[in-house]
Amino acid sequence: MTASIIKLDTTAEDHRIARMAAVALGLTVLESAIPSPLPGVKPGLANIVTLIVLARYGWRTAAWVSLLRVVAGSLLFGNFLTPGFFLSLSGATLSLIVLAGAQHLPKRWFGPVSHSIYAAFAHITGQMLVVYLWLIPHAGIAYLIPIFATAALVFGTVNGLIAARFMDNADIASKPMSEKPA
Amino acid sequence: MYANALQHIKPGDWLTLLLGSLFVVMLTLTLWSGDLADKAIIRSGGKIFREVPLSPDQQIKVPGPLGISVISIQQRKARIASDPSPRQYCVRQGWLQQAGEIALCLPNQVSLELIGHKKKYDSLNY
Repeated sequence: MTASIIKLDTTAEDHRIARMAAVALGLTVLESAIPSPLPGVKPGLANIVTLIVLARYGWRTAAWVSLLRVVAGSLLFGNFLTPGFFLSLSGATLSLIVLAGAQHLPKRWFGPVSHSIYAAFAHITGQMLVVYLWLIPHAGIAYLIPIFATAALVFGTVNGLIAARFMDNADIASKPMSEKPA
Repeated sequence: MYANALQHIKPGDWLTLLLGSLFVVMLTLTLWSGDLADKAIIRSGGKIFREVPLSPDQQIKVPGPLGISVISIQQRKARIASDPSPRQYCVRQGWLQQAGEIALCLPNQVSLELIGHKKKYDSLNY
């Protein structure tokens, strides 16, 4: 039997995506330790990473990071292909679609806070769609929407502020160097 | 620290925040304001005893196995005013106003249900 080595050619962008997805995964794990008053109301800390990647490297990289985080996170928690996984996936997908539009808002007026709020609303919309169309096809879930929407607004704002602030710090820190990963 | 956080909010972000808040308020108002009820259905022993509109104020006496339950309707609200049941749950439930609300006096087999113009489903009959 001959030892074979599979060598994948990876680019600098692949490394960047992997690194950022790993950070997002770390935040997902951290977040799962935070108790939630209502299933579904979560701060979504991993989205901070998505926002930063979007601002730095563009939408394509952000989409990779976000979707990798969803898939790898589900493997990590053992809920791959379970309802919870599809909830994350639909939320992340709709967020990315909205971010694809929101990133073109004029930079002078709109920052990560706006991106974050729009993405948070899109996230909860995607989740409610899956819940309604698949899991609980009952009009009663409409009563929960105001709670989720409020959470989306609050956590969206907070995550956006964290992302904005983080980018400020990283910009100052990376000034002397040509490129420093966030 | 707060001032520091605020400097990251650009003018357009304030607009987003404003729109988002309005959106949430609108959602809450539309989704959490139940239909006001139009009619009350009074059941006794599982059968409909009477169906009454909520417009004229009135008192209705409903007989049951334990005695008489009194239902009062006032200003488009309804309640069970008195009941012979030992624990008085349905009386303590107070005024019912929104469609879908229901008060049950199980020992006396009397129930008061409010309905709007469209019948809503609940988890029991879904």
